[in-house]
Amino acid sequence: MAQYFIPAAVLLSFLILVVPGKVRYYYTLSLILFIILVTSIPAILQFLSLPVAASLKTGSAITASLQATNWIFKGDLGELRFTIDKLSSFFILVTNFTVLTGMLYSRGYLKAYEKTKNPAQFSLHYFSYAWLHLSMLAVLTLRDGLSFLIAWELMAVSSFMLILFEAEKRSTLKTAVNYLVQMHIGFVFLLIAFLITEAGTGLMSFDALPSWFSNHGNTGLFLLFFAGFGIKAGFMPFHTWLPEAHPAAPSHVSGVMSGVMIKMGIYGIFRVLTSIQSDWYSIGLVLLIVSAGTGLLGILFSTAQKDIKRILAYSTIENIGIIGLGMGLGSIGIALHNPVLTVLGFTGSLLHVLNHSLFKSLLFYGSGSVFRATHTRNIEELGGLVHSLPRTAGLFLFGSAAICALPPLNGFISEFLLYAGFFKGLGAGNEYLSILFLLIILSLTLIGGLAIFSFSRAFGISFLGNPRKDIHIQPDTVTRDMIFPQLLIVFVILGIGLMPLVFITPIAGLVESQFHPGALPEGIFPAAALSKISLFGLILVSLVTAILLLRLRLLKNREATYGPTWGCGYTDGTARQQYTGTSFAGNLSELAQPVLQNREEFRAIASEDIFPHKRSMHIQTGDIFSKGLGKLTDLSWLVLKKLARLQTGNIRHYVLYAFIFILLIFVLLYLKLI
Amino acid sequence: MTGTLLAIVSAIFFPGIILRVKSIASGRKGPGLLQPWKNIILLFRKSSVFSTTTSFIFRLAPAVYLATICCALMLLPFPGMPSAFGFEGDFILFAYLLALGKLLFILGALDTGSSFEGMGANREALYSMLTEPAFFILLGTLSLLSGQLSIQGIFSHFQFAGQFSLIAGAISIYLLVQIAMIENSRMPVDDPKTHLELTMVHEVMVLDYSGVDLALIQTGTNLKFVLYGGLIANFFMPANSDWLPLTAAIQGSPFTVHLMAALLNVSIFMAVQAMFAAAIGLMESFRARKKLAKNPQFIVTLSSIALIAFILVLLLTRNLIR
Repeated sequence: MAQYFIPAAVLLSFLILVVPGKVRYYYTLSLILFIILVTSIPAILQFLSLPVAASLKTGSAITASLQATNWIFKGDLGELRFTIDKLSSFFILVTNFTVLTGMLYSRGYLKAYEKTKNPAQFSLHYFSYAWLHLSMLAVLTLRDGLSFLIAWELMAVSSFMLILFEAEKRSTLKTAVNYLVQMHIGFVFLLIAFLITEAGTGLMSFDALPSWFSNHGNTGLFLLFFAGFGIKAGFMPFHTWLPEAHPAAPSHVSGVMSGVMIKMGIYGIFRVLTSIQSDWYSIGLVLLIVSAGTGLLGILFSTAQKDIKRILAYSTIENIGIIGLGMGLGSIGIALHNPVLTVLGFTGSLLHVLNHSLFKSLLFYGSGSVFRATHTRNIEELGGLVHSLPRTAGLFLFGSAAICALPPLNGFISEFLLYAGFFKGLGAGNEYLSILFLLIILSLTLIGGLAIFSFSRAFGISFLGNPRKDIHIQPDTVTRDMIFPQLLIVFVILGIGLMPLVFITPIAGLVESQFHPGALPEGIFPAAALSKISLFGLILVSLVTAILLLRLRLLKNREATYGPTWGCGYTDGTARQQYTGTSFAGNLSELAQPVLQNREEFRAIASEDIFPHKRSMHIQTGDIFSKGLGKLTDLSWLVLKKLARLQTGNIRHYVLYAFIFILLIFVLLYLKLI
Repeated sequence: MTGTLLAIVSAIFFPGIILRVKSIASGRKGPGLLQPWKNIILLFRKSSVFSTTTSFIFRLAPAVYLATICCALMLLPFPGMPSAFGFEGDFILFAYLLALGKLLFILGALDTGSSFEGMGANREALYSMLTEPAFFILLGTLSLLSGQLSIQGIFSHFQFAGQFSLIAGAISIYLLVQIAMIENSRMPVDDPKTHLELTMVHEVMVLDYSGVDLALIQTGTNLKFVLYGGLIANFFMPANSDWLPLTAAIQGSPFTVHLMAALLNVSIFMAVQAMFAAAIGLMESFRARKKLAKNPQFIVTLSSIALIAFILVLLLTRNLIR
């Protein structure tokens, strides 16, 4: 009776609050391992039951496979049904892996807080962590609208608690509240969407969506769901919470939030997409345009940030854009009855969900190690960390190369599928679609170029060169506990990069079982291309090794000279003269000023400035959307302030309001207005 | 593999031709054609000087840079020969392999902690980011025209004598030449001869490299030139040997016809590479370098030209205006 493990896990989670401090971490870890075991087994079974993706073999359509696993609890109020089907099992596996690495990483990361935080705060933190895991799994398995929304809310609250870990900082508190408010705006959208479904079908559930969609226009309700889930996922312009919340949270939490929690929004959109019946074309267009903007602007903003975790947070937004592009391509594929585009788009999108959860958590853990050792996240104060933190530097470089979609790592595989899809789509529709697809390809390449720009900046400024500021670096604080989970991730990234077919085959099968693209022409899926790509990965790795060995051999008996960096004639340069993050971003910021809205506070040297004196220059990076949102909230604040006069605190006034309300109802009824 | 091998062979003379043309254009005799490679071999025999600021990344970068270019060379097609490594969408791998080399190269420059090298790294990152769209739009245009997704396929279906191919080919060759100039940091965006670090791009990034590492980088740079030259040469080599009046006139056995066609293609390939090198030498001799601040504009112009070419191809092939 596997289902009784769920109440068991819930009950056991409360024990985190009471177990003694010494075993708290191990208790939580074993609880999480237990949950992972219980949920991963049916998920893996679901995956194994998928027939080998038809697209990779022959033109035959997919056949029925293992039924979804159901765990049902019946009560007086109705039944609670947890369903693990193919779509959920993919997301469950992705979630479980990152939650596990986050848990492993937290042990070393949180050690530094042991002196400043009391045990209750630790208990609450681990309790919230376990509940974030549980609620994410609930979100992935519940189909009924009401219980889904409750799980969704639990997820928001538990992540809110996790962000609040350093609540003594005022900015953290503000950010966390901002996060909670924005999550509730998303919640309202979802609630309305579910209520509309219930009004139409009498059932408030994901299962009711297909029948609702077959009787109504699809775009409107989809957009409602898209707005609700999009706030969680971070689609622009709903992304403003993300660059605030990720830096404020402890690094293992940022890794889990950015790696998997925001993917719950993607899961939601996928879940709704599987029920869509018509209007595929317009839905695809909306997805493509919003996602292209999200990707481009996200990475553009990331090039201007100074906080290393904000750089990563904006890059998360960019990757959500790439995931969205895949969904858009898949939808257009369905609209055009073009199975190739459908499979390439959705498979690329889902694979990117997995890929992003890997390299982004790796990068967040890396940035956490940097913060541990240096107590700063400002790249302008860092530099030269490669000497004190060589392992972290290597891992961060690896993650950067993966997120820039460079071969032979995993990011390239998912972006390759998307590129292949868009190039194949160039001739698939009408001329306007060709131009749109070309513009999407254009934005994908720009995103790729900007990602290289942003990550060479983030890595180069913080890890390379000389330390820009005299800060006390404590390399010992980055313990083996913090390196081990990152190595786990590296292992999976290499696996996907060098053996893409092993991972793509089940995902393509999943897409075919969910979206029924129809019979695929033989050999159209780039299986041959993918095996060639893995071949190239191996060639590249062996070539690099060969050249390095040759280099070592040539240099073997020669004595190298060591000296300072060539200063181009200037002999006594200081570390402060190095290129900084701001100067690295300088020429791009100038080009992108209309979007970036950087504010410079600097007075040029005037003719009367004869003697040298202290000068300052301050550049503040902005986000036009945050600014716009700020204006909106200011406006509503004004309106609410006026309305606050109604709230007098005088009970007689409230009775009067009730009376007026009842009267209004009578009048409206009499006039037959309601 | 034929294209790859031929490109490597042509790389032996390529830098020499550029140097010679530039010398002649400026009224000097110039060194022998093999002089650049003699310099590189000399570098391979020298010992190195390392900055104490640098780390393993500085030493890794030249190897990765050269390896990525070698991998990209493997994708170079040759008409009539089956491509050993090509596949559908291989140009995406082509571009991203070069990007990997660039990332490591940029990081190698930042590793020295020099403000000048930071400057060069930053420019390289910006210019390559702006150049990449032009390359992708160009390949999008060619794949729309030919209905193919592999480099080999695009060129084998691209009939130079065809109706629209002439104009598309002309634009493509122009764009490829310009992209090659930017990617190799030559005129008009960068001048390898410049003496001022403040305005350098590529040269300033290799300031701290010496000995074997510098030799690896220079080998890579020379190979990168013939990589683009090889792509350009494919526009001139007829994919279909029947099309040639020459082979029709021979009227020998099929083997001789194929052999003649292959020989013709090889000589076209070599001739195009030599002409490309000479063209670079001439351009560098008679063209002024752009102001640094104007470079982004110039590079974005290439994307716009590519976009125009794409829409033109759409117009011509699909009758957009009815």
